[in-house]
Amino acid sequence: MSSFRLSSGGIVNRGNAISYTFDGKAMRGFEGDTLASALLANGEMLVGRSFKYHRPRGIVTAGAAEPNALVTIGEGARREPNTRATVAELYDGLTAASQNRWPSLRYDIGSVNGLLSPFLSAGFYYKTFMWPKAFWEKLYEPLIRRAAGLGRIVTEADPDRYEKAWAHCDLLVVGAGPTGLMAALAAGRAGARVILAHEDFRFGGSLLCEKLNIGGVPADEFARAIVDELVSLPNVTLMARTTVFGWYDDMVFGAVEKVQKHVARPSADLPVERLWRIVAKRAILASGAEERPLVFGGNDRPGVMMAEGARIYLNRYGVAIGRKVAVFTNGGSGYGLARDLMAAGVEVTALIDPRRDSGDAVPEGLRVLRGAGVIATTGHLSLKGMIAERSGYEEAIDCDALAMSGGWSPIVHLLCQRGAKPVWSDEKQAFLAPDFGSAFVAAGSAAGLAALSECLKDGADKAIALCRDLGFAAYEMDMPEVEGAYDPAFASLWYMPGSRGKAFVDFQNDVTVADLALSQREAFGHVEHTKRYTTAGMATDQGKLGNVNAIGIIAGMRGMSPADIGTTTFRPFYTPVSFGALAGTARGEHSRPVRRSPLHGWAAKNGAVFVESGLWHRSSWFPREGEKTWREAVDREVKTVRSSAGLCDVSTLGKIEIFGAGAGEFLNRVYSNNFLKLPVGKARYGLMLREDGIVYDDGTTSRLSENHYVLTTTTAYAAEVMAHLEFAAQTLFPHLDVRFASSSDQWAQMSLAGPKARIILQRLVEDDLSNAAFPFLAAREVTLKGGLAARLFRISFSGELAYELAVPAGYGEAVADAIMEAGQGDGICAYGVEALNVLRIEKGHVTHNELEGRTTADDVGLGRMMAMQKPDFIGKRLSTRFGLTAADRLQMVGLKPVEADGEIKAGAHLLKENAKPSMINDQGFVSSACYSPTLGSHIALAMLKSGRERFGEKIVVWDALRGQELLAEVCAPVFVDPDNLKLHV
Amino acid sequence: MASLITCPHCGVRPKEEFSIRGDAVPVRPAPNASDETWNRYVFVRDNPKGVIREYWHHVSGCRRYLVVERDNVSHAVLSVTDATVAGRAGQKEGVR
Amino acid sequence: MRYSALEIVRQAFSGNRNWKPAWREPQPKPHYDVIIVGGGGHGLATAYYLAKEFGITNVAVLEKGYLGSGNIGRNTTIIRSNYMLEGNEPFYEFSMKLWEGLEQDFNYNAMVSQRGIVNLFHSDGQRDAYARRGNAMKMHGVEAALLDREGVRKMMPYLNFDHARFPILGGLYQKRAGTARHDAVAWGYGRGADMRGVDIIQQCEVNGIRRDESGLVTGVETSKGFIGCNRLALATAGHTSVTGKMAGLDLPIETHVLQAFVSEGLKPVIHNVITYGAGHFYISQSDKGGLVFGADIDYYSSYAQRGNLATVEHTIEEGVSLIPGLSRARVLRAWGGVMDMSMDGSPIIDKTPIANLYLNCGWCYGGFKATPASGFCFAHLIAKDEPHYTARLLRLDRFERGLAIDEGGKGPQPNLH
Repeated sequence: MSSFRLSSGGIVNRGNAISYTFDGKAMRGFEGDTLASALLANGEMLVGRSFKYHRPRGIVTAGAAEPNALVTIGEGARREPNTRATVAELYDGLTAASQNRWPSLRYDIGSVNGLLSPFLSAGFYYKTFMWPKAFWEKLYEPLIRRAAGLGRIVTEADPDRYEKAWAHCDLLVVGAGPTGLMAALAAGRAGARVILAHEDFRFGGSLLCEKLNIGGVPADEFARAIVDELVSLPNVTLMARTTVFGWYDDMVFGAVEKVQKHVARPSADLPVERLWRIVAKRAILASGAEERPLVFGGNDRPGVMMAEGARIYLNRYGVAIGRKVAVFTNGGSGYGLARDLMAAGVEVTALIDPRRDSGDAVPEGLRVLRGAGVIATTGHLSLKGMIAERSGYEEAIDCDALAMSGGWSPIVHLLCQRGAKPVWSDEKQAFLAPDFGSAFVAAGSAAGLAALSECLKDGADKAIALCRDLGFAAYEMDMPEVEGAYDPAFASLWYMPGSRGKAFVDFQNDVTVADLALSQREAFGHVEHTKRYTTAGMATDQGKLGNVNAIGIIAGMRGMSPADIGTTTFRPFYTPVSFGALAGTARGEHSRPVRRSPLHGWAAKNGAVFVESGLWHRSSWFPREGEKTWREAVDREVKTVRSSAGLCDVSTLGKIEIFGAGAGEFLNRVYSNNFLKLPVGKARYGLMLREDGIVYDDGTTSRLSENHYVLTTTTAYAAEVMAHLEFAAQTLFPHLDVRFASSSDQWAQMSLAGPKARIILQRLVEDDLSNAAFPFLAAREVTLKGGLAARLFRISFSGELAYELAVPAGYGEAVADAIMEAGQGDGICAYGVEALNVLRIEKGHVTHNELEGRTTADDVGLGRMMAMQKPDFIGKRLSTRFGLTAADRLQMVGLKPVEADGEIKAGAHLLKENAKPSMINDQGFVSSACYSPTLGSHIALAMLKSGRERFGEKIVVWDALRGQELLAEVCAPVFVDPDNLKLHV
Repeated sequence: MASLITCPHCGVRPKEEFSIRGDAVPVRPAPNASDETWNRYVFVRDNPKGVIREYWHHVSGCRRYLVVERDNVSHAVLSVTDATVAGRAGQKEGVR
Repeated sequence: MRYSALEIVRQAFSGNRNWKPAWREPQPKPHYDVIIVGGGGHGLATAYYLAKEFGITNVAVLEKGYLGSGNIGRNTTIIRSNYMLEGNEPFYEFSMKLWEGLEQDFNYNAMVSQRGIVNLFHSDGQRDAYARRGNAMKMHGVEAALLDREGVRKMMPYLNFDHARFPILGGLYQKRAGTARHDAVAWGYGRGADMRGVDIIQQCEVNGIRRDESGLVTGVETSKGFIGCNRLALATAGHTSVTGKMAGLDLPIETHVLQAFVSEGLKPVIHNVITYGAGHFYISQSDKGGLVFGADIDYYSSYAQRGNLATVEHTIEEGVSLIPGLSRARVLRAWGGVMDMSMDGSPIIDKTPIANLYLNCGWCYGGFKATPASGFCFAHLIAKDEPHYTARLLRLDRFERGLAIDEGGKGPQPNLH
């Protein structure tokens, strides 16, 4: 195919040719090209297929609004579907592939849908595919899904890096066209901190494609001079390749910067994209205006393009969109294009203008058909010609490209993301952003201004006003003179009457004027209904090109003004944003931080297997040589603890230091049981409730001195309990003198449990640990041999003689090592949370398996801990409600399988013998289960209706989910040492 | 609001640093208040459309509970006060 | 007009010019037997079942926006009945049964697609909790299966199995769960109700509730004037507190914004509904190819149908952690809906202290899947003045009576549910 690149013109670097491929075909472009300009330069008119009818489609725009030229760029794990060729910067080695076609772009089986289109009118699928019932999922839907979607997603992990950052400024300018450049310059000169964010890789916007002079120099040179000055200002940050996609509360803007999307092999030292949260005191929207397509028969043929797009390809990239170009315009844009094309030596066969007259300058030799319109186009994979109609007479005109201009719509997207609706202006024939006051304003063509000179001035004026508002001394700027501009004024033409063939409003989703008409006929008249029923505006371009036309057409059909129709809701994102950029570094193993206990190293060298527990990696069991299953290790650990001693890392428990004269009273209010009389040097088990009387968390609290307590929480609730205490202290009981500090990370804490615990520990501790000197529930500071101060608590989760020893985190590993060494002769072992869990189930101690946010103290047998004689504690008042004291509540019981080898699993439910499974018959569930090496059988804790009255009853453990059912005997939930004899030795 | 909160202790901080507890208007009743009063305190929310007061906990900052007075339609913040200070002021005025 | 393939062919030959309006656009009558405030999914379904099942057709649905403009039009379209507690499971299963016959019932293709949901678990504790839930489902006769890691991998090979921060250990699978086309559900119910004589009055905002001396409701003040009724039913979701207050009701509801997202259209890869157990992320892929997903609410009280960037980032971080391949795809659109978060995370379908005022609210994140049963049970309550069996526990007074239905065990802090 021959080249459409002109021999001169444009601002691409003709000295640097770039190789790329499209659908496997090798092509060349220049540095400074987009993929779209390079494709057009190679004469590629056909670049994609539409969604519904698979119609052949070409490039329509030269920017962000592109609905058709969506391609997949890149290969392997870097493949990116649905990339707009019009904003994809060309780079050496780029590979692009067309989408949504099979077997090829030129011959696409899916295009048969076009022939069936009378049956595929808007919403047809809501009216059929219902019979026979099973066919929807078995036949129709699979067929629809096979045809669905555009590009193909990768399934591998992304090899590239992403990052996130905050930026702060006085003034954010969105868009670096003429308005934005002037705004940034005015604010920059005033000394304000300015961020100028621009989607394109080159600053200048329309200045890069207008053949005119500003202040006596060509427009692109004028732009370059401003950019040079901005670069020289230290208070101005220019952000190219940066799209501001969202406006959020408090003037926070979301933006995404393409850092390395224009290179074949991204450097590993930089992210490929960077997400910016820009906090701006003031902001100017200088996003320009979008040219509207004209709606006429066959307006989607490859070769039909926006006039502005054609002008950009011509003047910025030196590419002609055709050899015989026709123009269909209802305003000055088309005349400007015709002028530029002819000046570049491109044949313009005719200019069709539906207006009877206008003041536009007609280039010499241009054939203009006034009061005329295009009603049809010819050609299939590319445009061959069009049919113009004037006063009932039709004329076929040859052309291989048709540029259209239907007027301009200010790009108000960002300003309307926070609930405000755009307002229709009859004068401007466009929707304008509502006025929000001073913080964020539209300027230039985004504010509905048409002439370039007005835009330049508006940008400067609004920046000056906002800077003054912020206290900067900003001075008026001299406005340069603009020479050679065309008048962009237009008169709306929503739809070309008499059109033949489909007239498209939404190109990508194939929504036609007939579809809009049908939606009105069927009562889907509200603009939101029309959108949802026809899918107009729901494609990847979110209606950037088509929506205003759709509104105009609906208004016409209903005899209303577009003002009465209104727009659909603008929502983020302005243009689609990659998941990668929004996820940043939080992915894979790094999706959340890892917390490691200070004893992690100790556990690791003792062979621990670690498991995730919230953010923690906890030592779970410590397999030894010859142990084939985790159970073997756990059984051994349990037996060792029960017969000798074991050491377990319990550092992950939350630890909160509580200080103050009011600490005792405070604890008395946040715990259900009594804490006022806790003596110094003693620990007490406490139960914390929510205000609704349900158990929140449990743990021990020790009084270390008169006004100093240390409270422990469960691992899972450490952060929540801290917040709960702070809430209580700051808002509920602010008069109490109490302060908190979390010391969870400051202490390494280990539990030494087993009959030999005392003997072993005494070898390391200076203080007397005899039962008399350091009895059960003693809690004191002790001195380790060698002088290290430590905290020692004689508390037990396992039911054995046990101590919890806390040392400053940095000493943890050394102390644990010393204990292991001291206990070696006694057969000490390291044990993990699995063994700890077995030990506590055997002893009937609860965890959040039982305290699951629905249980009362009484449910788990801790009713005695409700000190109802206290005047007040959190949860007291509502704990006596009917439902919380009902006789048939689930109560904690023990379960033993009737058959010795029966295995009970947590999550099983309970049924009376011979009862039919049903929710009414459901008797409860198994909350915790394990194999007990001490008892030699499986045991379980369960929550059973009126459970404490049912000891001795045989009950069915019903686990249909895992295909198991067995009989168990209900028993007291304490399997080992029910009289607590072991605790007091 | 809801993107940035001006903490009276720490200055302007992003939402990510806070955790939101909920309605700051209900006052915990006296222990001997009626069942009705207690039920309302725990379970009933005024939930107006417009200006509300809400507890925001500056978890990744000063760890103070703040009473954020804000419009839940426009998301504008009207004031941010330390909860203890707000509570004291409320007691003086007899409203909270 | 009955919809069918044959009708489509017939209409095609007349240029699709003879299709009839899906519903009328009536002016309000001065008085109705029943007025339903709220023309979202639940309000329209209520009207439909009132007319179809209970023979009450002198009904108006008043909608301040357009039909279906509430959360029915902005959700992640998931339907499921994988609940644990007695107050919920039978109700949601009733809903699932209605979904299964819905399209034939109201002659509209709502694209109910039972493609299955998998709730992933990442720890033994989570597995036990899901086992308990799965067994509860089976107790009620609802099919459920516990998948192991390999079972999940076979169904969803694209999940992060190799480099996950929280390894996928398995999942609870409900095969009958799936998705439905949200707008079509509203339209199907709306059309079905209209066809049976219900007046759906759009752009009609209720500004007040008028009551007589005995306290009974006599009608509503609206932007189209006063409209009288014998019985008034509120189904106003996030605006429940606002409409409730018009009748002096104080309710256990807080309003919060929940964001949802859709990606650009992609060739279908995700064939099931997935929920992430190490976060709150959930995702499915629509028949158009868009990935539809969401996660947590924004946590602050809000009546604005828009959220903030922090929540957007959080959601997508979870998504990419779960499905690494998403990284190179693009998010197209985010939207926000306002949720009626209740004090225990479960809904309320009940009478109120005012004898002829009925209440339907508290749907939290989960109102869409409940639409059919919510409509049916609410219609039952309005028509018979007694609750439908499956909704009998969804009472307004359950909080003061200590009978909360708290699936999450989070207690009376609405933004945690």
